[in-house]
Amino acid sequence: MANTDPIMVRGLNHWFGQGEARKQALFDINLSVVKGSLTVLVGPSGSGKTTLLTLMGCLRDVQDGSVRLMGHELLGANRALTETLRRRTGVIFQAHNLHDSLTAMQNVLMGLQVHGLRRTPETEAAARHMLQLVGLADRTDYLPANLSGGQKQRVAVARALVGSPEVVLADEPTAALDREAGLAVVRMLKQLGQARGTSTVMVTHDPRILDLADRIVEIDEGRLT
Amino acid sequence: MSRLLEWLFGRLPIGWLQLMHRRTRFGAALAGVAFANVLVFVQVSLMNSMSLATLKPYDFFQADIMISAQDANSLSEGGNVARQWMFQAMQDPEVTAGMGLMMANVSWPRVQKTLTLTTFGVDPEQSGFLSPGIADKVALLQLRDSALLDRLSRGLPRDEAAAIRPQSSASFEVSGKTLSINDTFAGGGGFGGDGYMIVSDQTFLDLFPARSSAAPDHILLKVAPGADPDAVAARLRKIITDKALRIRSYAAAKAEDLVYQQTKRPTGIIFGFGVLIGVLVGIVIVYQVLSADVADHLSEYATFKAMGYPRRFFLGVVFEEALILAFLGFIPGAIIGTAILTLMRKATTLPLTMTPGMATTVFVATLVTCVVSGAIATRRLSAADPADLF
Ligand SMILES: Nc1ncnc2c1ncn2[C@@H]1O[C@H](COP(=O)(O)OP(=O)(O)OP(=O)(O)O)[C@@H](O)[C@H]1O
Ligand SMILES: [Mg+2]
Repeated sequence: MANTDPIMVRGLNHWFGQGEARKQALFDINLSVVKGSLTVLVGPSGSGKTTLLTLMGCLRDVQDGSVRLMGHELLGANRALTETLRRRTGVIFQAHNLHDSLTAMQNVLMGLQVHGLRRTPETEAAARHMLQLVGLADRTDYLPANLSGGQKQRVAVARALVGSPEVVLADEPTAALDREAGLAVVRMLKQLGQARGTSTVMVTHDPRILDLADRIVEIDEGRLT
Repeated sequence: MSRLLEWLFGRLPIGWLQLMHRRTRFGAALAGVAFANVLVFVQVSLMNSMSLATLKPYDFFQADIMISAQDANSLSEGGNVARQWMFQAMQDPEVTAGMGLMMANVSWPRVQKTLTLTTFGVDPEQSGFLSPGIADKVALLQLRDSALLDRLSRGLPRDEAAAIRPQSSASFEVSGKTLSINDTFAGGGGFGGDGYMIVSDQTFLDLFPARSSAAPDHILLKVAPGADPDAVAARLRKIITDKALRIRSYAAAKAEDLVYQQTKRPTGIIFGFGVLIGVLVGIVIVYQVLSADVADHLSEYATFKAMGYPRRFFLGVVFEEALILAFLGFIPGAIIGTAILTLMRKATTLPLTMTPGMATTVFVATLVTCVVSGAIATRRLSAADPADLF
């Protein structure tokens, strides 16, 4: 069954910098993510968590080894494949990166529009439902400037999930949220995984989230432990 | 507006929303585009009116071929041509008629201002060489010291011009002779003189005793019906022994004069520069605004890239902004441009107007300019890298 795992990493090495400054950040990583599971990636600062996550989300070019995302090899993937796979992946960043001139609703709609879906009563309803799930039903027409940090992060979560991605990659998504909201977001991700088979890989330091994890992966100095 | 654009593009009008989000920058950009538009409008219209003014005197005559001196770049410039060449040209079987055309400036001292009139001396027997509006009145030219005056001359009150009739002529003194203006025709002030006047060759020689009917300024020829003026002109260039003469079809002479005015004369060159500067100002302003806007949104664009938006989406946003600037900047530009041209027309009596053709040309140029600036600004898009977001 290993072939159907949504993420498969084999013998992955990664380097940063050129020449003298060249430094290896990841060493021979082997990892499989089971469909519908919540995998939590932990490790000290600078251990390579973010690097691994960006490689799995085809946000960074694979240099050596193999990463298969939803069955597609990312080593040497062309732009068209990269764009397609990115559309099927939900990414939640530490920084919310909402578009400052779009309302909460419009930001979430951007997550549907990438699939070629125009604004219709149906897509609006889907976006509204997503905002409701993250507790922002009454903030749909607010611009990011008028939302708190936690609220902005929840909009970003809604934007990442509204397109029903098969894989969700989240880098400390709860850092900007209060404890309750953070926990609520992770519970939601877990429920989505169970209901829709969404596989989630999340970097976090929050010990309570570890309790929800199906699997905890530890990384130290670029190596899985 | 937002809904309209959304319907138009089939996506959220990010460019529009982005521009509207930074009102001050948007306003400055529109002012810049409008300013560039006004600059181009005024220059193009000046250039246009210069073409009209340059070509105007050619309309007084009907000819197929014109022979001029080497240094005669326009009707009102250059040395004389010996009349013998006219007789030589008329030996060509396809040349049917010839007329010497004389030209000089006449001053009409008036109370407020002295009018400078570009005056042509024509042979009243050869009315076929005159345009219909002038040929109608050729009988008046046969009278001694009689003239037809350009009723659109600059500095000539319209009601005074309208009052000039054969029964109620005006008159003024030229080199000790009294010239009677018996009727008028429609000319129009140019960049040179204030207006035009037409007299018979006899009257012309009376006014300018130093001139001779054997040496007119230009020779006009007519060719047989169906003959090709360019082909006949080419033949005449071989026959006529004075190789320094310019022997061209009348149409070619007009066209060469226009090119000369626009590219060799300081006025034409200055107008050309004005257009260039307007276009450059437009490109720089639009580029500045668009590239600043891209730079401000790099992390948002990187996020969209991470979400899987293709490159054409980002190009679309930048071009959307460019087109909005072009459209919305053109409107005030055209309005202010028209107002300025109206004021200038009142002050100069030059035919300065904004024709629909001109407006369309400038609009298309504005679109192209904005899109070019947008294209340059999109180079910054590649700086948006989703890997830098974490
Ligand atoms: N763009 C980059 N250029 C050069 N070196 C980098 C770059 N990104 C990361 N590194 C280095 O790679 C190593 C792993 O970094 P990474 O960001 O993956 O760590 P992390 O586990 O996410 O840390 P944190 O918990 O602080 O976010 C670090 O030593 C870091 O300095
Ligand atoms: Mg990190």
